[in-house]
This record gives sequence, C-alpha cells and structure tokens, in this order.
Amino acid sequence: MFTATRLNRRSYRTQSLAKAVFFLMTVALVIPVLIIVGTLVVKGGPAISWEFLFTAPRDNMTAGGILPALVGTIWLVVVALLASVPVGVAAALYLSEYAPDNLLTRTINLAIINLAGVPSIVHALFGVGAFVYFFNMQQSILAAGLTLAIMTLPVVIVATRESLQAVPHAFREACWNMGATRWQTIRKVVLPNSISGILTGVILEVSRTAGETAPIMFTGAAAFLAFLPESVFDQTMAMSYHLYYTATQATDVPEQLTFGVALVLIAIVLAMNATSIGFRVYLRGLKKW
Amino acid sequence: MDSGRHDDFAIETRGLNLWYGDFQALYDVDLAVKRGIIASMIGPSGCGKTTLLRTCNRIIERLGYVRTTGSVNILGHNIFGDDVELVQVRKQIGMVFQRPNPLPISIRENVLFGFRLHEARLRKVTAAEEDEVLESALQQVLLWDTVKDRLDKPATGLSLEEQQKLCIARLLPVKPEVLLMDEPCSALDPAGTEAVEELIWRLRGDYTILIVTHNMAQARRASEECVFMLLGKIIEHGRTEELFLSPKHSKTADYIEGRYG
Repeated sequence: MFTATRLNRRSYRTQSLAKAVFFLMTVALVIPVLIIVGTLVVKGGPAISWEFLFTAPRDNMTAGGILPALVGTIWLVVVALLASVPVGVAAALYLSEYAPDNLLTRTINLAIINLAGVPSIVHALFGVGAFVYFFNMQQSILAAGLTLAIMTLPVVIVATRESLQAVPHAFREACWNMGATRWQTIRKVVLPNSISGILTGVILEVSRTAGETAPIMFTGAAAFLAFLPESVFDQTMAMSYHLYYTATQATDVPEQLTFGVALVLIAIVLAMNATSIGFRVYLRGLKKW
Repeated sequence: MDSGRHDDFAIETRGLNLWYGDFQALYDVDLAVKRGIIASMIGPSGCGKTTLLRTCNRIIERLGYVRTTGSVNILGHNIFGDDVELVQVRKQIGMVFQRPNPLPISIRENVLFGFRLHEARLRKVTAAEEDEVLESALQQVLLWDTVKDRLDKPATGLSLEEQQKLCIARLLPVKPEVLLMDEPCSALDPAGTEAVEELIWRLRGDYTILIVTHNMAQARRASEECVFMLLGKIIEHGRTEELFLSPKHSKTADYIEGRYG
C-alpha cells in the first residue's frame, strides 16, 4: 500500500539529479577562488617580508617593496569612504524614509541601478573630465578618491537602504503614532537599529574600491613615486595600479614580486571584508528582536 | 442617538467618504462618539471599520492614494483643517495595533518615549519626575507589579499580553484624550484577551476609546456603545446591550446571529 510507485521513483531520480547539478555548480563557484588564492600564496608568499611591505620599489620596480602603493591605497579608500558614505547614507535615508512613491522617486531608483552598472572605465573618464580638469584638482588622491566614491555611491545607497528596510515597519508606525516626526523616528528608532548594518555594508562595498584600477589610472595614480603622499592633492601609487604596472608595463620584474603585490592586495580586501562581516555577526547577536 | 452640543462628542464624523484610488471604502459616515465612553465597531471583514478608525488620526493618509471628503471632528476640532499639525493629532489621539509593537528598547524607554518626545523638549524634566510618570503609566495598565524589577530589560522580552499593555501604557504619559484600538486582543490568548479587556474597561471615563473588533462577544462585554458597519456604511449605532438584544436593523440582527460574517 505504501510502496513506491514508478512515478515516485521517477520523481526521486529527477530530484537527485537536480540536487547533484546544483551541488556541482556550487563547487564550480568555489574552485576558482581556491585556485586564485592558492596560486597567489604559493607564488607570491615567498616575496612577503617586512622589507617588502615597508620599503619603496627599487631598480625600475624589479626589486624592493610596495610601501608607497600600500599607503596610497589606504589614502584612496579613506577619501572614497569619506566622500561616498555621507552622501550615500543621506540619499538612502531620503529614499527609504521620506520619498513618496511617485515618478520622480522611481526615476531616481532607476538611475541608481543604472549607475551601478556603468563600467569602471566610464567612471574613470568622468573623473578625468569632472575632477581632474573641470574642478582643476589635477591628478591627485582627491580626484581619484572622488572618482572611486562616485563609482561606489550606488552600492552604498543600495546597501544602506537594505539595512534601513530591515527595520520592521511596526517600529516606525509605533513612533509616528506617538506623534514623532519622521526625523525623530529616524534618529531614535530607525538609525540605532540599522547603523550596524549600514556601517558594515558600506565598508564591505567600499573595500572593493581598493582593488579598482581603471578609475584611478587617469585621475591620480602614478606608476612610480619614491615618496609617500603628504596630502590629498598629491599623486600617489596604489596597489591595484602597481600590480597592473609590474605585470604588464615594467620589464624584467621577477614573477615572485608581482604575485606578492597581488597577494597583499587580495589580503587587504579580504581582511576588510572579514572585519566587516565579523563586526556584523557580532552586532546581529546584540539585536533585541 | 441623543443629541448634544458639538464638544460633547470626542469623535464626530460628518458625511465622511473615503476612496482608496477608485475604490470607495466609506460612504457618508456620520459617527458620533460621546466623551469618555468605550465604543466598539463590529462588522464583517472589509466593511471599513479599520479604515474609519485609521481616518480618526489621519494615519490612513500615509498610503498616498487615499482621498476623503466630509469632516472628522475630534474634541470639536476638524482634524482635516488647514492649521492642523499632524504631530498634535497623533499626540492627542493614541493608537493601539493588532500586533503589539513595542520598540526594541527597554521597558522604561518605551513608556517614556512619547513623554520625552513631547514634554522633555519643552522643559527640564527631572529623573524623579520621569520615574513618577513611568510608574503611574504602568500602574494604570496593571503592569507595574510585573515589570517593576526589570524596567531596563528590553520590552520585546515581555509576553504578548504584557507587550500590548505596554503599548497602551506608553500612550498615557502624553495625556491623549482619545484612544483608537484596532483589534487589540486578536494576537492574544484567552487569558491575555481577558486581561487587556479588563484594562480597557478600567480606562473608561478617563479616555474616549474607539475599538475595532472581530469578536462580537468582546464588543458585548467591553463596550458601552456599539457601531455596526457593513460595506462602508454605518448600519446601526446604539447602546451595546440594546444593539445586541433588540437590533433595529435586520442586517444587524443577521450579523450578530452569525448568519454571515
């Protein structure tokens, strides 16, 4: 009575097949990551030393370390963060908490989605036109950082809006019904409950800019500078551009050195991601609902 | 309904029509609720009772595609008037929802939330005064003895019944005159329902309470006047016992006897 029919068996076969395909796809996703990280560690690992991290390149980039590039990347990420976070968070607050559902809002949302899809080289050219020439910033950390900021703005907005939307609507309703204004509601209830998600999401998104090459290439990155940048108006070396340069432009660069640069770059990005994910997990544990 | 002066009524709507887009949800609603009583609204799902309730503090407008004609006077003042400040409307007309919605902060902060929003910004409020406000609000909702030892614990850790009482308590420090309740017991178990009903009954006289319910027994137990609505219209409005014992309208009779619902 309760034995499997032919139809049952066929359903099971289909479902095992589906499961197997999905599993293989998941594995296929992990393999490249393992290969990339593995290759970098094996080939670039031996290059890593205190000297590598804390000295400038020598002999036409064929020897020495990466200090100016490392410092430059930190400058760029900080400038990009400082520029994109206030603007992005404010815009997300407007879109999530104030904006009425009308044509204008929908247009803005569409624009944000499209902005996220603009290729980075186009952002780079925009940066050259707008910051380097129009605002006369020359090639500088400021111009490059702002270009990165523009590029990350859409994802900052999206990440922030998601965190804001994750705050249950009932909380807002409770506030409004006690006569709180929108801003009082945001400040007392919405932000305290979403700030952790906003911060971590934003760090996660902006850390990706550390790896971008195209947007900084024409706006502020230099192939070689023997000194560290002293202000945002200086040009700078950057990890991503340094990697591009040592891998394709400079001659006679030992393979180990190039892989070492790549390894440090990926380590910076992964470390930032891990920190922000860890931070998020920790803060989520503190949530009270 | 006996007639009275305008401001004898806490809630008075005149020819209130309301549309959600093209759909008309309320038709020429004339409702008058005397000060200090508990009035319940009953009727089948979709009859407009919640819509009417939510019109009374204008929370309905948030949907954006809502259009109204007619007037709603609360305590003798038209809340659709030009000089009306929504914050004041919401402050003086408290609302309790189906699902208790305490804020994810401590019990103390929940109760003092509205008070700090409205009072503490006008003048210096001492900690002693806050404690007094806190205790009095929680005493009124019969919650003080249960929570006095854990006032700084998160409000979301309370039981649903306690949460709903807390949601009522946090309205009281800003001294509202009207309380709107949208099926306040529907998320609670029978014991919780009884406790919250008892509380609502205790608040009678101090506040005018308009309560929407699906539960006819509750309307009968816990209200002095009862409004029966059907398809966006008020069919009958009278003293609760009269409405249930000798309904004037055949549709009311059919509904309270359970012939449709």
